[in-house]
Amino acid sequence: MLRIICPYCGLRDQTEFRFGGESKPRRPSDPAALSDTEWAGYLFYRENPRGLLNERWVHSYGCGQWFELVRDTVTHELKRSAPLVDLPGPHQVSDD
Amino acid sequence: MTEPARLQSGGVIDRRKPITFRFNGKTYRGYEGDNLASALLANGVDVFARSFKYHRPRGVFSAGEEEPCALVETGEGASRVPTCRAPMVPLTEGLVANSQTGWPSVDFDLGRVIDFTHGLWPAGFYNKTFKWPSWQSWEGLIRKSAGLGRPLTEPDPDHYEQVNIHCDLLICGSGPAGLMAALTAGRAGLRVMLVEQAEHFGGSLNWEQYQLDGKPCTEWVEQVLEQLRAMKPVITLQRTTVTGIYDHNVTTLLQRGQDTDWRECFWTVRPKHILLCSGAIEQGLIFPSNDRPGIMLASAVRHYLNRYAVRPGNRVVVATNNDTAYQTVFDLARERLQVEAVIDCRETVSEALLQRLADLGTTLLTNARIRGTQGSRRIRSVAIEDNDGKRIGTKKCDLLAVSGGWAPRVHLLAHARGSLRFDEVSQSFLPDALPREISITGAANGTAGLEELLAESVRAACAIAGALGKPMEQPKPPIVTAAITESRRVSPANLDTTQPRQWIDLAHDVTLGDAELAVREGFVSVEHFKRYTTIGMSVDQGKTGNLNAFIALGALTGRPAGEVGTTTFRPPYTPVTLGAIAGRNIGEFYAPRRYLPAHLTHAKLNACFEDYDWQRPDYYPLDKESAEAAIQREVTTVRNAVGVFDNSPIGKIEVCGPDAAIFLDRLYINNILSLPAGRIRYGLMLNENGVIIDDGVCIRLNEDHFLVNSTSAAVSRIVALMEQWLQCEWPELRVLVTDRTSDWANFTLAGPRARDTLSALGTNIDLAPAALPHMAVSTGTVMGLEARVARVSFSGELSFEVNVPALAANDFLEAVLIAGAAHGIAPYGIEALMILRTEKGYLHVGSDTDGSSTPDDVGWGWVARNKSRDFIGRRSLYREANQAAGRKQLIGLETLDPGRAIHAGGHLLIGKDRSPPAETDGWVTSACYSPTLGRYIALAVLCSGPDRIGEILTVCDGNQRFNVKVVAPVFYDPENKRLEN
Ligand SMILES: [Zn+2]
Repeated sequence: MLRIICPYCGLRDQTEFRFGGESKPRRPSDPAALSDTEWAGYLFYRENPRGLLNERWVHSYGCGQWFELVRDTVTHELKRSAPLVDLPGPHQVSDD
Repeated sequence: MTEPARLQSGGVIDRRKPITFRFNGKTYRGYEGDNLASALLANGVDVFARSFKYHRPRGVFSAGEEEPCALVETGEGASRVPTCRAPMVPLTEGLVANSQTGWPSVDFDLGRVIDFTHGLWPAGFYNKTFKWPSWQSWEGLIRKSAGLGRPLTEPDPDHYEQVNIHCDLLICGSGPAGLMAALTAGRAGLRVMLVEQAEHFGGSLNWEQYQLDGKPCTEWVEQVLEQLRAMKPVITLQRTTVTGIYDHNVTTLLQRGQDTDWRECFWTVRPKHILLCSGAIEQGLIFPSNDRPGIMLASAVRHYLNRYAVRPGNRVVVATNNDTAYQTVFDLARERLQVEAVIDCRETVSEALLQRLADLGTTLLTNARIRGTQGSRRIRSVAIEDNDGKRIGTKKCDLLAVSGGWAPRVHLLAHARGSLRFDEVSQSFLPDALPREISITGAANGTAGLEELLAESVRAACAIAGALGKPMEQPKPPIVTAAITESRRVSPANLDTTQPRQWIDLAHDVTLGDAELAVREGFVSVEHFKRYTTIGMSVDQGKTGNLNAFIALGALTGRPAGEVGTTTFRPPYTPVTLGAIAGRNIGEFYAPRRYLPAHLTHAKLNACFEDYDWQRPDYYPLDKESAEAAIQREVTTVRNAVGVFDNSPIGKIEVCGPDAAIFLDRLYINNILSLPAGRIRYGLMLNENGVIIDDGVCIRLNEDHFLVNSTSAAVSRIVALMEQWLQCEWPELRVLVTDRTSDWANFTLAGPRARDTLSALGTNIDLAPAALPHMAVSTGTVMGLEARVARVSFSGELSFEVNVPALAANDFLEAVLIAGAAHGIAPYGIEALMILRTEKGYLHVGSDTDGSSTPDDVGWGWVARNKSRDFIGRRSLYREANQAAGRKQLIGLETLDPGRAIHAGGHLLIGKDRSPPAETDGWVTSACYSPTLGRYIALAVLCSGPDRIGEILTVCDGNQRFNVKVVAPVFYDPENKRLEN
């Protein structure tokens, strides 16, 4: 059970939080323009690295705020937690 | 009563406090301080249990939690506890214990026939043999003859507690290493928790005969404990097992109560640092017939002798591959019991040991091993051979003390994902890389010799204190005298692999023959090997056997043990009672009951309540009315007069702000931008995969103020989803979302006389159809209460949803019933509502839809197609699979015989004989008897359903088969005339 720092409330127990998955690019501004493959890429494909991972959590039984957490998927060490001030740019369609 | 094997003096049992207990129906005597194993041994009991598979007699093998043989059940009735390890059961007055395997009795077990025919029962036997006609047809028989213990059938009457706690340093184990570390860290001012799984603190100091600072080591234990108890922030827990270490060092403990009103207490500890002082477990030896009663770990013999004053045998042979077993020879000699022979597989032993053996006149056979044992209910003799298999002779004995080396208790380290390495010298797995904030000292770290072990603990505790900001000078550990000099050297196993009946797992009855078969069939990876043979998978988890088994696997496959590796240790370390994990969160405390604001009035109306997350009236029977009759009467009342339904749990999510309409337009498949103020739209929400996640109505109260009525079960989910979109994707939208579900009560007045009833209550809202048409909303007062009145219908009748402040709910409902009396009003419950909505074919998301349903599948595809703007899930609707023909789509069903009952869950079958196993063409999602139509009706999903109206299908409904006709999913008032009243 992790101990997580909410950037707004401080160190709390994992039971107060809900996991929101790997941070993903923002939603495409015009999904209709994407091919099925590109859309599937946005929906389903994630990096899932062994090591440091940027992910989203929400302090659901606390302040209700979403934030970004950097977690080592091998050791569960938490490196950084920060508010969602700089959202990533819109989803880019890759060339390959 | 006499106890033939009890010594006249010695031990720490209290001879002035005798205890009477029963085992397998016979009464015995023990003393305070005994455990069940020591007391039964003192009484000369040989057979404790029958083995798992072959039903062979088994005695007691160890003196701790690692016990693989002496498995018993304690207590009776609902308080019975299966699969207790006898050495872990403290002896209490009136204790009742029974062997749990063996039929008809442990002394005469018919299952022994399996042993005599053991060749027919190899590893993997069940999986290979009982395949025809199916495993299920054999399962009952097999479960009766194999397995451990009987599960309880009654609710657990015992009470369990839970504690959550933080500390600086958690020390697991209170042997010399743990005590020394606790004392040091405690003096440094750390908040220390010292946890000991046994009845008493001290670990091996309780049963080894060391001298510390010139005094018996038990005195030193008492001194240390006294000092620890005087330290305020130090917590000492005995009878408490560390069951697991999880992420971020969260550690769970299971404490067994004694004279407490709770049976067990489950601790969740968040320590800053963990120090493992968990010691080591002596391992058995592998030789033919090494499972007989009377074969016992050498350290367990010392344990019973020194701590419990029990002589576990009269003619003793010792077999070993290391030095530590010699202490057993010396301890027995002190009680004037001469060991007949020491069988050591090593070439030589140290001069010091040779000298001491010579002084005692004990025979030593080096370069020797056991060829086999004899005896039925107890060992009678051992046959001895040299390491090349040349016969040496036999020795009579009734106790064979064995030592196969020591396996450090590294289980907890493995839980925390520390790594292990194989150590050639001690032939065991030792800690390698340690996780952060975990240290390990003492025998658990492979450290031998009391002196070195104490010094190591002092160093570790000081380092931890320093790291936690409480540096201190290293104190001096006590001076050690009278301990035998231990060498860590263990001779590698020297196995005769041609002998199959050598047990490598006593608890699960796995033999070397099974291992050999597994290897022959290719299960040579240690994890495959374990699962195929089931080695180490019993209650003891292979604590006294795994190490040898993996060394044997190495021998069978020609690999060194280090290369074979070990299986992964996972929590819990020892079995944990489910009741302890549940703690107080059972029964009424499992989840809070949510009551409707008008609950008292419903109760007065004789409502039958059901838990739908909220306690909701299911129906309201009159006098002796049956449930069915009540439900049908309620439906008919709504169709013909007026009914009132408490709809308070419906979601009341307020969405406000200048961008509220834009926001909701992105969430709904419907056009929200075009919805005028004062109007309502029924809408569907999808996830990004295009799957329907909720339906409900969206009410535009004002230009920038919406009220979203989501399904009652989905409220918190939808609110969370809205927040996620706003925070993570569209922070630029000026929108505020608030869940006000419990602030407002909501009552549905439905039926042709609904308007009359609402008027009679007194309202300043114009209820005329022109002023408040279907799908319009108005705010004002009703009965002088602030109110929102929405014309929305979940029944197909003229219907008003009246929202009033929750605190006024009881008064309002009572007033409605009085005002409606003249119009024939009746309250109706969930059951009637479900019939009303089924008659109209109104969707119930989650019943009529599943994780694949798109708007097209439920007849709402046109709405999505008509919307030109993007919305959540829109792109996915255009994926190939979502456009494909043959999707399961919503239709109605009528039984050809109107009186034939149909039920949700029945399958619509394709295929000639239309009986399972057959391909399914769809299934019934909702079904009821419609009192309005006088027949059974159902909603179902069917492949390409809307194209198949009129088709006759066979439904497989439980054991029944009957025909149904496919119809449009609206059974009543398809033109919606009644809504427009
Ligand atoms: Zn927070």
